[in-house]
Amino acid sequence: MGGYIIKRLISAIPVLLGITIIVFLIMSLIPGDPATAILGSYATPENVEKLNRDLGLDKPMVQRYVIWLGNMLTGDLGRSFSLNRPVLDEILERFNATMILAGTAFVLCALLGILAGVVSAARQYGLGDKAITFVVLVGISVPSFFLGMMMILLFAVNLRWLPVSGMYAIYGGGDLPDLLKHLIMPALALAAVATGVIARLSRSAMLEVLRQDYIRTARAKGVPERRVIMGHALRAAMVSIIPVLGIQAGFVLSGAVYIEIVFQWPGVGRMLVDAILKRDLLLVQGGVVFVAACYVLFNIAVDVAQSLLDPRIKT
Amino acid sequence: MNLFLKLLFRNRLAAMGAVVLGAILLLVLLTPFLPLQDPDVTATADRFKRPFTEGHLLGTDHLGRDLLSRLLHGTRLSLAIGIAAALIAATIGSAIGIIAGYFGGRTDNIIMRGVDMLMAFPYILLALAIVAALGPGLMNALIAVAAVNVPFFARNIRGITVGLAGREFIDAARLAGMGHGRIILTELLPNVLPVIVIAMSTTVGWMILETAGLSFLGLGSQPPQADLGSMLGEARSAMISHPHTSIVPGTMIFLIVMSINLLGDGVRDALDPRLRSGALSRPRATTLVERQGEIPEETDDLLAIKELETQFHVGNRIYRAVGGVSLAVKAGECLGVIGESGSGKSVTALSVMGLVASPPGVITGGAVRFQGEDLIGARYETLRQKRGDRVAYIFQDPLSTLHPLYRVGQQLAEAIQSHHKVSNAEARARAIRLLQDVRIPNAEARVDNYPHEMSGGMRQRVGIAMALANEPDVIIADEPTTALDVTVQAQILSLLDDLRRDRGLAIIFITHDFGVVAQLCDRVAVMYAGRIVEEGPTQAVLKAPAHPYTKRLIACVPELGGGRRALAAIPGLPPVVDNLPEGCAFAPRCDKAQENCRAGDVTLKGTAPRAVRCLYPEVAV
Repeated sequence: MGGYIIKRLISAIPVLLGITIIVFLIMSLIPGDPATAILGSYATPENVEKLNRDLGLDKPMVQRYVIWLGNMLTGDLGRSFSLNRPVLDEILERFNATMILAGTAFVLCALLGILAGVVSAARQYGLGDKAITFVVLVGISVPSFFLGMMMILLFAVNLRWLPVSGMYAIYGGGDLPDLLKHLIMPALALAAVATGVIARLSRSAMLEVLRQDYIRTARAKGVPERRVIMGHALRAAMVSIIPVLGIQAGFVLSGAVYIEIVFQWPGVGRMLVDAILKRDLLLVQGGVVFVAACYVLFNIAVDVAQSLLDPRIKT
Repeated sequence: MNLFLKLLFRNRLAAMGAVVLGAILLLVLLTPFLPLQDPDVTATADRFKRPFTEGHLLGTDHLGRDLLSRLLHGTRLSLAIGIAAALIAATIGSAIGIIAGYFGGRTDNIIMRGVDMLMAFPYILLALAIVAALGPGLMNALIAVAAVNVPFFARNIRGITVGLAGREFIDAARLAGMGHGRIILTELLPNVLPVIVIAMSTTVGWMILETAGLSFLGLGSQPPQADLGSMLGEARSAMISHPHTSIVPGTMIFLIVMSINLLGDGVRDALDPRLRSGALSRPRATTLVERQGEIPEETDDLLAIKELETQFHVGNRIYRAVGGVSLAVKAGECLGVIGESGSGKSVTALSVMGLVASPPGVITGGAVRFQGEDLIGARYETLRQKRGDRVAYIFQDPLSTLHPLYRVGQQLAEAIQSHHKVSNAEARARAIRLLQDVRIPNAEARVDNYPHEMSGGMRQRVGIAMALANEPDVIIADEPTTALDVTVQAQILSLLDDLRRDRGLAIIFITHDFGVVAQLCDRVAVMYAGRIVEEGPTQAVLKAPAHPYTKRLIACVPELGGGRRALAAIPGLPPVVDNLPEGCAFAPRCDKAQENCRAGDVTLKGTAPRAVRCLYPEVAV
């Protein structure tokens, strides 16, 4: 198993390199003088000269890439001009908040989605199945940012059950219950679409598996039906559900951008949007590379989980 | 195409989606001709008018602009941008995919590596990076969304192209001296186009949503121009005091996305042939029972199948897979059931413990009595307690009948623990003993194997060990040796025979092989088209078959060293059981058939233990 993990990590290196190349190429699309564009309204002559020196912007592209990559590998993602602090510090601080939000949403969508799919399949064409199918259909059609706004209107403004936005209360907050209260709505809004997608997929994967001969074998052995569904069938269905969990994790991470804006959540997504509007391109560049790299690593974890579940995968 | 549309509209939800989407499209197309106010004219005196105020059907926004007018113009813009992005992504992505798939080799490798890397990004991150580089704006948002979706098309279309590129008509075009460009445009593209269109129809909803999202973030359309996303984004600051300005554009996005989703699901379902046949139904825990007629009496046999009728209900068709079969076994006895594929022998066997998949299976008559107790229509828990404990099954093809993700030891232990409270360690020890009983060498190590790590013969032994786990009274073996080579087959047969003698087990052995029957079975029943056509002691039936079908079936068995006897295949095919001919079902293939064979019901007659269902038997029984 250890060998397999190492093998997967090594195979991720070209992907990570590719990500840096793509981001580098996109950033070189910037029209006009890059230093001036990157600095935007901070483009004083000293800053422009300093940036040109720091990034080697006067050098050829390949050389520039190597310098940039070298800096990144040593943890130097450059300096944010709008915040006047190192990009990496800002990202690390924000990343925590994003992980709390996206991580919770991911766990929610995986648990709820699979549960809904299993119930739906086990009660095919029953009332529960129809109800779940309908909720799922609405869930995957509501844009998460609109859903978030409607949740604020209902649960925060009208019912006053939950705080409107933010991660902690400004006065007297900061503890875990306070965080949870602030987390419920954004996490649910973020999880909604992915939950729907996972529920649909789980339902069809379960229906597919339930027709297999080995399910008949389990029943012929006298295995109780609950165990047939939750054990034999779900385990086999997970083989096709897990890769989709990996894909949906990407969508949850993406959706976090909207949800962080709607709920004023101090995460990387909001940082990126602010940075784009302020034309703080080094911050954008660093943030994109950082989050994409994390996503690649997460997908390796998904592959490892898959190999633990399915002994037929050669490790 | 007609069938496709019919299927699509039989799906009520898809039809609803089509209607809603059609209405929105129509409204949007008519927008320039409707008597609407200018969407960009501000009137600060009329700020935040509620919906249904005079002159403003949907009210006004924070600058006093008419919301209805802005909504329609915004929808127009959103749809246009989303569709444009879809077209651009489809064109570029498909071109890349076709080139990669057609040329293959290194070109393919390099292109697909790049595509994989683009797909390694969470999609919006890539779009954000592009917008960051190009600067906020509607056109740049469009480019970003299109670019992000290019890899999806490239990968899908490449897959299709690779399949087509190896086909004969492409080779033919090449031999005819056509250039690459012409082959791609005239031969490949027409074949790939439908896939492109379908892929586009499933992604256009996404792209509308994505561009709306970028505008919502303030990175897409810039004021005063507004698409649905930026309307929602602008309304957000007044969301709490004047929610209608948010609800109006938000609901419109929701309606568009939902109707596209509904329509897309409908298209997919109509194209997926599995759904068309209704095969994606989940079999219930026990077979459905809708028993009509009288319930047959009890007998003193260990297991008695009486007048069993099992049907498959598919759509309006009724397939009578089992049409009144009676069989019985006593302890220590082995009964062979023989017949061609589709003769109903497996369905008979599965009906005993309610294991026929339903839907579509339905047991419509008869009884199955185990020690006198009727199992048809018994409660689930009653059946479950007997399954595997008193009556156990051995199935054909152990690769698909063993669970691929559990170790064989776990599967054996589970068979025991479903019926007896034993510790895991004890269950494991018993599993090893069972493996030894079926003569698996090195059982202590094999118990931790997964099914795919074993050979076919080994797996079949595991299947037998599983059936023996609880020392059942009856084993129903459904072609357990068909998938095996002859030496393994002989070992397994002698194993079963020993078990029967040692443990007093009753066996119902289902096969299509008379050689196997001769070796193992005391009695044999021959099935044809869901009914028994002959039964009797094995030797008697083999020596003097009474039914013409039995005789022909025996003649089909090649005899080792039997000289140059002509092997007589039976001409024709067994009848389809949804439309059985009147009279004897074998009559159309029988060279002895007379006029009266084709009319009226032919009954099973004879002096026990022999019986035959024939008006002109080969020998009198």
